[in-house]
Amino acid sequence: MDRIENHPILGETPQGNMVEFTYDGQTLQGIEGEPISAALRVAGIMVHRYTKKKHEPRGVFCAIGRCTDCVMVVDGKPNVRTCITPLRAGMDVRTQYGAVAKADISQ
Amino acid sequence: MTERYDLIVIGAGPAGLSAAIEAAGNGLKPIVFDENAKPGGQLLKQIHKFFGSKEHKAKVRGFNIGYELLEEASSLGVQVVLNATVIGLYNEKEVTVKIGDEIKHYKGDSILVATGASENMVTFKGWTLPGVIGAGAAQTMMNLHHIKPGNRILMLGSGNVGLVVSYQLMQAGCEVVALVDAAPRIGGYGVHAAKISRCGVPFYLSHTIVEAYGTDRVTGVKIAQVDSHFQFIEGTEKEFDVDTICVAVGLSPMSQLLKQAGVAMKDTQGGYIPVCDVAGRTSVDGIFAAGDVSGIEEASSAMIEGRMAGAVISNYLGYVEAEKMNKRIADLEKALGSLREGMFAPKNRGKLVEKTDEGIEISMSLLEHGYVADEEIDRYPGVTHKSGIHPVIECTQNIPCNPCQDACPKGCISIGKNITSLPVVTEDHPCIGCGMCVASCSGQAIFLVDEDTGNGFGTVTLPYEFLPVPEKGTKGVALGRDGKVVCDAEVVNVRSAKAFDHTNLLTMKVPKEMVMKARFFKTTGM
Repeated sequence: MDRIENHPILGETPQGNMVEFTYDGQTLQGIEGEPISAALRVAGIMVHRYTKKKHEPRGVFCAIGRCTDCVMVVDGKPNVRTCITPLRAGMDVRTQYGAVAKADISQ
Repeated sequence: MTERYDLIVIGAGPAGLSAAIEAAGNGLKPIVFDENAKPGGQLLKQIHKFFGSKEHKAKVRGFNIGYELLEEASSLGVQVVLNATVIGLYNEKEVTVKIGDEIKHYKGDSILVATGASENMVTFKGWTLPGVIGAGAAQTMMNLHHIKPGNRILMLGSGNVGLVVSYQLMQAGCEVVALVDAAPRIGGYGVHAAKISRCGVPFYLSHTIVEAYGTDRVTGVKIAQVDSHFQFIEGTEKEFDVDTICVAVGLSPMSQLLKQAGVAMKDTQGGYIPVCDVAGRTSVDGIFAAGDVSGIEEASSAMIEGRMAGAVISNYLGYVEAEKMNKRIADLEKALGSLREGMFAPKNRGKLVEKTDEGIEISMSLLEHGYVADEEIDRYPGVTHKSGIHPVIECTQNIPCNPCQDACPKGCISIGKNITSLPVVTEDHPCIGCGMCVASCSGQAIFLVDEDTGNGFGTVTLPYEFLPVPEKGTKGVALGRDGKVVCDAEVVNVRSAKAFDHTNLLTMKVPKEMVMKARFFKTTGM
């Protein structure tokens, strides 16, 4: 997906500070302070987690922290609502399987 | 030790902030808790011009109203605590608040619950796929975080939220491939539908989603027509390639805290709400409610309800005398009353209104297809024919809105005392073509038409809120109210001004027999 650089009503989007973070080990970039989910969306990542029993994909639904469909494992902490959690440089963001990251499933 | 406040407000949206402002203005020390990182509730995401009249901040865009509220609150010293989720409300006017990883306990001499509403959902095959999002989510992504929610989008729901967000999606550069609703008629304002229709978005009423396609994200959608019992009619299926499905199927009050506090509740068609009087007094002494949590309306009424609650709380705690409060409440009630008039008034919910208050037939084409048919348009009092430039006001439903009346410096437009009346273009109008009415119309329903500028041509001036703005001299096509090409067109003027507030006035030259049909301009070859 694209960032909106210029908007007919809101004008030019202010330039943010680009930072690096990792998504399942892969290095990505995003704007510091934007929701983690926004940075992922721009990178084309839609699946945030898989449900425990049926292994179904889930992504952003409400974008305001209510529905919890977008939770991921962030810096080792599961169930982080990525739509309202600001992106910081160096964050370790992982797809959540059930309630854990994949590396933890086999353990 | 537990901290104590005169007034604890839960929710820093339009209702909560308005209440805190009113109370602080009377000398109270309110504290406002909000679970979000930014205050303002949904107002800061609303980029359209608001309806109503001057006292309701009509023709001001929602986010600017939000910033005004925030400024007012801060100048009065209202304390707003963000990232603070109120997780408990008890009938002794106590709250527990989760801030970070801590739970804090506060006591209030009064409590206002202004928690707003959350979006409803409908289920269909594939509804949990990534790419199926709430309309509110789309609004949050594009207007707050500046990212496109998708590239090709299908909108489900034709209420004002579905209509307004569809338009905003196009403003953000997304393509809206269809607007779908299971109901047989459009639920929101006709003017909102008309501004999407003329851009070429098709409406599918009496249709709903059968299935969202995709394995790990939405790749398409199938819709089908439904009968009067909402059952699919075989053979009516239609498929669209989309990457996003937006769902706008209503809101539910977030009233759980009120129930927890033991407030008397009632189940209504509009959700589970507290029993309260006009100023928000609930059954529990000292606990009040305002805004969507006490019944879904919109931000304009939420702000007035908040003011009312702030006034009664000021009196409840002895800061304002009863007489002064009663006068304030009476004034606010009047302002609220005018917003609750017209064909979309709460009392008309679910009813088919067939005639305007003026006795003019409502356009069925507008209700069923999203646009007023060419042969229907002349029946409305804002639509007149004259030589020379003049406004054509395609405002065809009684909605509470009157900025056009004040916008015209020459007094050509009259609505009268009742703000839901249809605007009338007066007979001997001296229109100077300034375009203030075009830019002032929150429904984008006013056009300036010159039916004959010579050599077989005329001009149409229309409100244009997309990028890029076509330059003077751009050639393209004119689209009709139904979004279909009616003729070739050339942009002969583009005006923007601070007073127009980002609504550009685009004037296009079209063959003179098309001036009453051409309502949008599209550049060709792009």
